[in-house]
Amino acid sequence: MKSFGGFVIKEFNHIFRDRRTMLVLFGIPVAQLLIFGYVVTNEFRNFRIAIFDMSQDEVTRELTGKILSSGYFILDESLTSTDGIDEAFKKGHIKEVVIFGQGFGKRLEKEGLATVQVIADASDANTANLLVNYTNGIIQDFAIRYRPAPAHPPAIRIEERMIYNAELKGVYMFVPGTMALILMLVSAMMTSISIAREKEMGTLEVLLISPLKPYHIIAGKVIPYVVLSFINAVVILLLGFFVFGMPVRGSLALLLSESLLFISLALSLGIFISTLAGTQQVAMFISMFALMLPTLLLSGFIFPVENMPLILQWISALMPPKYFITIIKDIMLKGSGLEFVWEETLILAGMTLLFIFLSVRRFKTRFV
Amino acid sequence: MDSIEQVIRARDLTKRFDSFTANDRLSFDVYRGEIFGFLGANGAGKTTAIRILCGLSKPTSGEVSVAGYDVYHQTEQIKEHIGYMSQRFSLYEDLTVGENFRFYAGIYGLPVRTIRPRMDEMLRSLGIGHLKGQLIASLPLGWKQKLAFSVAVFHKPSIVFLDEPTGGVDPITRRQFWELIYEAARGGITVFVTTHYMDEAEYCDRVSIMVDGRIETIGPPAFLKEKHQAASMEQVFLKLARKRQNEREPQ
Repeated sequence: MKSFGGFVIKEFNHIFRDRRTMLVLFGIPVAQLLIFGYVVTNEFRNFRIAIFDMSQDEVTRELTGKILSSGYFILDESLTSTDGIDEAFKKGHIKEVVIFGQGFGKRLEKEGLATVQVIADASDANTANLLVNYTNGIIQDFAIRYRPAPAHPPAIRIEERMIYNAELKGVYMFVPGTMALILMLVSAMMTSISIAREKEMGTLEVLLISPLKPYHIIAGKVIPYVVLSFINAVVILLLGFFVFGMPVRGSLALLLSESLLFISLALSLGIFISTLAGTQQVAMFISMFALMLPTLLLSGFIFPVENMPLILQWISALMPPKYFITIIKDIMLKGSGLEFVWEETLILAGMTLLFIFLSVRRFKTRFV
Repeated sequence: MDSIEQVIRARDLTKRFDSFTANDRLSFDVYRGEIFGFLGANGAGKTTAIRILCGLSKPTSGEVSVAGYDVYHQTEQIKEHIGYMSQRFSLYEDLTVGENFRFYAGIYGLPVRTIRPRMDEMLRSLGIGHLKGQLIASLPLGWKQKLAFSVAVFHKPSIVFLDEPTGGVDPITRRQFWELIYEAARGGITVFVTTHYMDEAEYCDRVSIMVDGRIETIGPPAFLKEKHQAASMEQVFLKLARKRQNEREPQ
């Protein structure tokens, strides 16, 4: 066992001496989390709009005031003619124009019906949709208040409440996603590269001829990355908690155990990749295309799985990060215990065993 | 084990991959303390044979023992008693000289108290005691090769396998490298070496020449030159290769 300790020490030496490896291990995770947390957000604040008020009466002023005080919108300019609308959009500062028709207040008073036109820049379709919905909501609200006793009894009133993430914070989505992405990337990519490097240098051959057993070699390669990935997971959780206020409502011990399980899965994938790849570059490419893109696109991290075509949903079911993201979201936001996430846990454990089995088989047939 | 005179004993060693026979009934002995040259063109089957002798692969048939252990069932013991060095000198570039020694010695289970004095002595005799803390990457190729050899024999194996150890270095460095090989052999370590350089074949006590998976001839260089009426080992080698080719394609 003494020789095994030496192996692990050597592995740590490789890692700590390579500035690039250190950067990938510790620089990228922090940067990525901060970027995702701050920049890629679907939270909604301070969108610039223009208002074209042909009526200029008390009602439109009040409604304008309501829209602008909601916090979602900022008035960029007040238009004075229809011709200005197109130009305003083209300048690119504004995303939406609200147009009150002539005699808005009067018509509302007399006929009980007035029209507001909302034009949104749909070159960014998602944003346009959201903007129109928000504006709609504000105007509806105003309409109900303006005439508390409607002539025709309204049929259904919706009372909505968002639970688990009441403020609809985007970062609650991105911390779990980023964590999955980073653990996948660091654990799988770094192990596969480090094993491929030994292959490339010819040192793996010497190790295989030595009295070390193949599983010693694999374990020795993997243990440092388990430790470092685990530190990474903790750093991400701490950043999520202190910088973004991401709560941990469930058991911390369960959360860390699940992270460890996912790290093992990623590492076994890394080993498997290294049995396929002969060089560091190939290992890196496989990791990038087989792990990073699917994690980003198919795991439900950015795009909801439910909206995908059926075939992509099936592929998504094969993506380990999908289950991990579900698990940690449940634990962190809903405070779920193992009794709610055991299925996903079992799937991850099964995948880990599968990849270990495949790697050991390939490792043997390749070298022996 | 000191009583074993044959460090390698192969009888009808055969290795087949599907229909292709890589090693066809190889029979040879390698004796304690000798330098045995294992020659052959690329694709002649040298690498396959070395992998079997190192315990990485099993023969299809035949009797083979290395350091007194059977290659079918005792590969663990074989691995403990051999050393190995290939053309890709196998040291870790980002570790220091001392760290490489400690790592490899550790793999072979040498205790730390043995490693330190032996390493110091070895480096001193190479005249590079002061380089212990240097990264391998910073050393010239010739030194790396000598160090790789020293690492390969550090745990005092019964036999060391050198797979084209001098590929890509200049003649002077090669000559110096062979000094190290002689010294190891004098110390009782059997040396099993493959090479492309026919002048190196002259340095061996005995050589075997493989052509198309078979050992065509075996013996001391002087004996082979006389037997095949050749001035140099290079000519012996070419004659055998041509003879074989003529047999395959009769005109």
